[in-house]
This record gives sequence, C-alpha cells and structure tokens, in this order.
Amino acid sequence: MDEIDARIVTELQGGIAVTEQPYLEIAARFGLSEDALITRLGKLLDEGILTRFGPLYQVERLGGAYSLAAMQVPETDYDRVVELVNEYEEVAHNYRRDHAFNIWFVVAAASNADVKRVLFSIERDSGHPVFEFPKLREYFVHLELPAR
Amino acid sequence: MRDQTEFDELDRAIVLATQAGLPLVPRPWHEVARQVGSTPAQVMERVQHMLERGAIRRIGAVPNHYAIGYRLNGMTVWDVDDAHVDALGHQLARSGLVSHCYLRTRHLPQWPYNLFAMVHGRDSSEVETKLRQIVTILGSSVRAHEVLYSSRILKKTGLRLAGVTGTSRRAKRTAPRAERRPPGTPGAS
Repeated sequence: MDEIDARIVTELQGGIAVTEQPYLEIAARFGLSEDALITRLGKLLDEGILTRFGPLYQVERLGGAYSLAAMQVPETDYDRVVELVNEYEEVAHNYRRDHAFNIWFVVAAASNADVKRVLFSIERDSGHPVFEFPKLREYFVHLELPAR
Repeated sequence: MRDQTEFDELDRAIVLATQAGLPLVPRPWHEVARQVGSTPAQVMERVQHMLERGAIRRIGAVPNHYAIGYRLNGMTVWDVDDAHVDALGHQLARSGLVSHCYLRTRHLPQWPYNLFAMVHGRDSSEVETKLRQIVTILGSSVRAHEVLYSSRILKKTGLRLAGVTGTSRRAKRTAPRAERRPPGTPGAS
C-alpha cells in the first residue's frame, strides 16, 4: 500500500456522491486517471485492505432487522459452535472476544421474527443459551480511521 | 407520491445488486440498472432517495481495520445510569474516540452493561489512552465497565439481505469458514 492507496482508504470512508461517473470525479482528487483509480480500488479489495466499496445500508430502514447476540461457550465445544453459527447466511459478523461471553455475532434478516428464528435455532442446535443484545438506541458516529 | 417509508421491489433489487459492492466500471449505476432491469436515471434517483432517508448511510470504502494497522478492537461496555445515558451516549459518539455507540438491553445478573462503544487502536497503549478519555467523558454516571478485546474474526461478510424472498434459510456448506488468526497478527494477506 503506497501513499496514494493510504489516502484512498482514508478519504473514501467519508462517502461519495451519486453521479454518472463517480470514479472519474474522485480520481482527480488523487491525481489519478479513472482507470488507475478503478484498478487501485480492485487491488485494495482483492488484498483485503478494503472489505467493501459501495453503499452501506442501514438494514432497519430497509424494513429489515438486525441484532447483536453473544454466547458463553466452553473451549472444548468452541469450534463446533463457531461453525454452526457461521453457517447461517444471516450471520453477518462474528467475533471471538476475550471474556466469559466469548462469541459475539450480528444477525441480519428481513424481519425481527426471522432474527428470532435464527437465534432460537442456534440456541437449540448448539445447546448453549443465546443472549440477545438488541439495540435500543444508536448514537450516530462517523469516524474515519487514517490508513498509513 | 411515494411514501417515505415505502421500500419496493426495485429498491430491494438495487440493494441486492450492490450490497457486496458497487461495480468497478466507469459507469457503475448503468451496470446496476442493467442488472435490475431499470434505467440508470431511475436507479440513481432511488439510490439518492435511500441516502436522503438514511436507508443508505453513505457510499464509500469500508477498510479492514486489521489490514490498515488497527490490530486492536475493543468493545467497551459500560453500566451507565439510565437517567444520563442518552446525553452521555451522544457525547461519546461525537468524541472521535469510538466507531460505534449503542444503548442496548442489560441481562442481569450476568450482564449489567447498557452502553456499548467500539474502540480501535494500533496498539494497546492507543486503546488505553482512548479508554481513559472515555472514563473522563462518562464521569460519575458509570457504575462499572469492561473492555472485550476481539481475538479472532470468525466471520465478516457485512450485513446482507438474505435473498429476494427474505425467508430464513441456512447457507450451504460452502459458507466462509472461520478465519483463524492469532491475536495481534495482521488480518489481510
């Protein structure tokens, strides 16, 4: 990742406008041609430096639902439970955390009822209680993490 | 005129076509229009409308925090007096210290925490410094707190609408396997 890539990663977290040729307009900011910017974005995605480039949807405003859930899983059963949880396409993120609650995942689905069904089914198949931490309120943040 | 909250089949098709990313071609909305069987002008209008009503937070880059050097991700959780949590939550969100900030349900007695805020750092001293600043912001309304460091990303596909029918179904066995990574090592290849 060179200096231009670092600037692309940092500055494009802020969002771009909906225009016919968005890459052409952004490219100028970095002193690049449209093609060169598209190539760099493709490379940053392929290398996993960017996980995504595009619209970030707010699932609930689309009529969908999502929720955070956690479980306390003994080490001896951990890998089995992770595999079981990750198999659901509704599970968008899943993190291991250093705590008695050691598996934290986000379930996104078309409705709240679907979220509940997934959580219930994970609880039933894993044999471990699932604690749901529904969002009561979101305090809006926009943070750009500078890349080097 | 369309209802502000209405979300029709075309919107849904646009979401499904773009939730993995915007096509990397000179005219990406033209490509999306082709995929969803609409016109570029209509697709751009719908996307603009979704931006305005907050269904799209923004169109931009999502970095892999590990890959850009932010190896530590701490979910900080706080037991904050309900009477003050809203004011403090807003203040924390504006502080530039956290990437997400939510009020969530407690589970007593196992889980007394109601305020969740994500902190990223290049190393533990950066996270500790941010933590001390958060402690100062939240002040005496905090009864207890903990930091849950992430030691492995088990899955990260981003939020996806699950298929056009929206029905709950289990993914095929080809679903991404856990990404095994010891703590503190960079994520991307």
